[in-house]
Amino acid sequence: MSVFSAIGEDREIDRDEFTPGIEPQATWCPGCGDFGVLKALKQAMPEVGRTPDETLLVTGIGCSGKLSSYFESYGFHSIHGRSLPVARAAKLANPGLEVIAAGGDGDGYGIGGNHFMHTARENHDMTYIVFNNEIFGLTKGQTSPTSPKGHKSKTQPHGSAKDPVRPMSLSLASGSSYVARTAAVNPNQAKEILIEAMEHDGFAHVDFLTQCPTWNKDAKQYVPYTDVQDAEDFDFDVTDRREAAEAMYDAESRLHEGEVLTGRFYVDSDRPSYGAEKRATDEMPADPLAERYLSEDSEWERSADLLHHHR
Amino acid sequence: MTELMWRIAGGSGDGIDSTSQNFAKALMRAGLDVFTHRHYPSRIRGGHTYVEVRADADPVRSRGDGFNFLLALGDSFARNPQDGADTVYGNEEIKPLSENLDDLNEGGVVVYDEGLLDQDTLERAGLDLEARAEENDWHVYPLDLRALAREHGREVMRNTAGVGATAALLDMDVDHIEDLMEDAMTGDVLAANLDILERAYDSVREEYTITHDLRVPTGDHGEQQVLMSGSSAVAYGAIDEGCRFISGYPMTPWTDVFTILSQHLPKFGGIAEQVEDEIAAASLAVGASHAGVKAMSGSSGGGFALMSEPLGLAEMTETPVVLIEAMRAGPSTGMPTKPEQADLEHVLYTSQGDSCRVVFAPANVGECYEQTRAAFRVAYEYQLPAIVVIDQKLSGEMRNVDESFFDREPNDDPGSVLTEDEIREAAHHESGKFERYQHDAENGVSPRSVPGQKDGRFLASGNEHTPEGHISESPTNRVAQMDRRMSKLDAIREELNDGEASHQTRYGPENADYGLLAWGSQQDTVFEAVDQLNEAGASVMALGVSDLMPYPEREVADFLESVEACLVAEMNASAQFRGLTQKELGRFGPKLNSLLKYNGEAFEPSEIVEGFERIVTRDAPVPDGTKFVPAAGD
Repeated sequence: MSVFSAIGEDREIDRDEFTPGIEPQATWCPGCGDFGVLKALKQAMPEVGRTPDETLLVTGIGCSGKLSSYFESYGFHSIHGRSLPVARAAKLANPGLEVIAAGGDGDGYGIGGNHFMHTARENHDMTYIVFNNEIFGLTKGQTSPTSPKGHKSKTQPHGSAKDPVRPMSLSLASGSSYVARTAAVNPNQAKEILIEAMEHDGFAHVDFLTQCPTWNKDAKQYVPYTDVQDAEDFDFDVTDRREAAEAMYDAESRLHEGEVLTGRFYVDSDRPSYGAEKRATDEMPADPLAERYLSEDSEWERSADLLHHHR
Repeated sequence: MTELMWRIAGGSGDGIDSTSQNFAKALMRAGLDVFTHRHYPSRIRGGHTYVEVRADADPVRSRGDGFNFLLALGDSFARNPQDGADTVYGNEEIKPLSENLDDLNEGGVVVYDEGLLDQDTLERAGLDLEARAEENDWHVYPLDLRALAREHGREVMRNTAGVGATAALLDMDVDHIEDLMEDAMTGDVLAANLDILERAYDSVREEYTITHDLRVPTGDHGEQQVLMSGSSAVAYGAIDEGCRFISGYPMTPWTDVFTILSQHLPKFGGIAEQVEDEIAAASLAVGASHAGVKAMSGSSGGGFALMSEPLGLAEMTETPVVLIEAMRAGPSTGMPTKPEQADLEHVLYTSQGDSCRVVFAPANVGECYEQTRAAFRVAYEYQLPAIVVIDQKLSGEMRNVDESFFDREPNDDPGSVLTEDEIREAAHHESGKFERYQHDAENGVSPRSVPGQKDGRFLASGNEHTPEGHISESPTNRVAQMDRRMSKLDAIREELNDGEASHQTRYGPENADYGLLAWGSQQDTVFEAVDQLNEAGASVMALGVSDLMPYPEREVADFLESVEACLVAEMNASAQFRGLTQKELGRFGPKLNSLLKYNGEAFEPSEIVEGFERIVTRDAPVPDGTKFVPAAGD
């Protein structure tokens, strides 16, 4: 029997299994978009066919970071901006795990921006959910990397002089092989996108618009929304990098004009994941490395095998 | 028989490193104990560099005092590429000769490449070698190594010619050198090198009357030896302890360990990751370890600073991880290729909150191996970060070690990890969550599960947390968790005290009047000074300390109680180890004097000897380049 018998277990999975007995009720503010992420994720899991014991959810710091407290699985509530390096190493150590990383826009596009760029570049087989509310919520309403130009806050009293980060464009340029945007107010699309993201064999980045009714009252509630796959004035091929780039640029610009455009923006199913690339060059073992430590019959090499170089 | 202290000097890029390594190996194969010392600038090409190889029939444990044989190749890369091949930067070309003369011992031998450094060059640089040789009783042998190399091979083979000349002047058998060349080269390159080696040897024999007395010592090893650097020993300790994951970012001098493991781990079924920065490097090691793999990372001062946050995360989530800190001179970028021991407090305390980590500082190549293994064992058994502190000196220095020393069993034990059967029997919250962080765990260690194990789900959090890992600010829970985590250090201290071999080393006569105290890479140099002092009639013993956290209170207190006064020798400006000792022991202030060195060079034994005089005779002079700080109240 495998030392990780939860991995690949074939059984019926109920979405209620993902509600923790310890903190069944999330304590986000009433009307917070974060509830939408939690609900969509719980709904997506049974359809992806993964159980709580074979799922590792790594979160950052912020309101969004609490997702791992309200979602039942193996969880790692890490530090601000660092969910991705923790998560991707766990995936390398045990590729059998379903690995999800999650955090806010400050966490992922600000303090952790370097990790976002490089994790995307490496195309790890994992899902990254960014709760994008265009504000710092937990620290009470400061301007964030995605706050629109001119946004006023206690730290930018005369309005932000900065152009906001373009999350999807940044993601595409960095190397993500699946890029989508959805919104908390659009639960069905959100669930479908999360299912696709988890099933995608590569780095799947979901920019998840989550309204903040407490600290970003000026901001729209991300309604009405338009699905770019259904929109008449959006006709582009999600597998074409150039067309995707244009569509993203457009959608990012129009968000600040009050138009909420969501859907799949880029999908590259052909690019091998980082694990596949590393295994192809013998830079990673064929069997999960983590299994080797718990299996009885593992053989271990010794440094004594290298001493002939030193004689 | 006098020992050999051979220094080969040239430009960075002249092949000084590989030539000296082969020369050291040849001496080792001939039956001698060897020790190498590497000096290089933070430049890719050009800039004066040298390597010393000390060899004797008796054990050699430091670079020693000065040196007695200089092979000055001249800096062939000191040309200005903009101005054509013949223009050199000022006097750069001659520096490998002129700048090395100050440390050359009386009666020493000088060989220099007169093909590169002719009489004109010497005069232009104002170097009257003849006068200085007479004054110091040096024996000078100018040789046109360049012409010899050009004629029978290529100019880059000047090194080989220099080694041939060295062998001839020392009455040294070239068989081992030839064997090593045959291992490393083939075809025309090998043939040319062998030819040049022989011709250089013969031409010295034919053209010169040998006027010096120095000859290569003779010795015999009872068993097969290997030549090993501190970095290799760290890497091999990690391999034997089952480490199969390394993540890092290049930085001198840590890069050596990172490179060695990156080359070997994939062959051994492991994973090596070069990542975007050191925050990521340490975070990846934490992530891999969380998933059940024995993992490590590391850096040097500035990069290690970036690891502060993931280091604290490992402490709080009780994720085992091993980190290497290869110190160099700071602050900030400091002096990248120079050794210093000024990161001690940084390593002990960096990251917010109370430190809960283990820190070892090995003394030498053997301890690098042993203590890296110990770091993994402690980290994985007690679920905390263990840091191995080395420095630029130890990472690059090479010594011969009995090959049988490395004939060990590997250890794949992942430490305090439960099997699925054990998890089923273990305590769970009524909701089904595994109690990963139980308040009353034995020795403070609450065994963990690994993601993917059935019914092992828990939350790891950098926030204070309940037994199941959920965030909690309850005062009762807080105190219980803090006390449990901190108690691991007491349990580790006890385990280390009860261990077969202490990491602390006593050296010299028992019950001596005076003490010398050192830590990390300076220990063996201090032990050599102890021999010199006792031979000269002083009564001195030493204690070398490698356990820095948890601190070996009993061993250090016993030592300090028994001496009248003590000199603490360390490579930093603020006496950090002395401060740590006073903080941990709360007494002995009036006994602890400091000899500090922070000019970019490690201590030589004679400097410790001179510095020691100061604690006996109040107005004794302090050696150049060091600083004496008297004991409290003195």
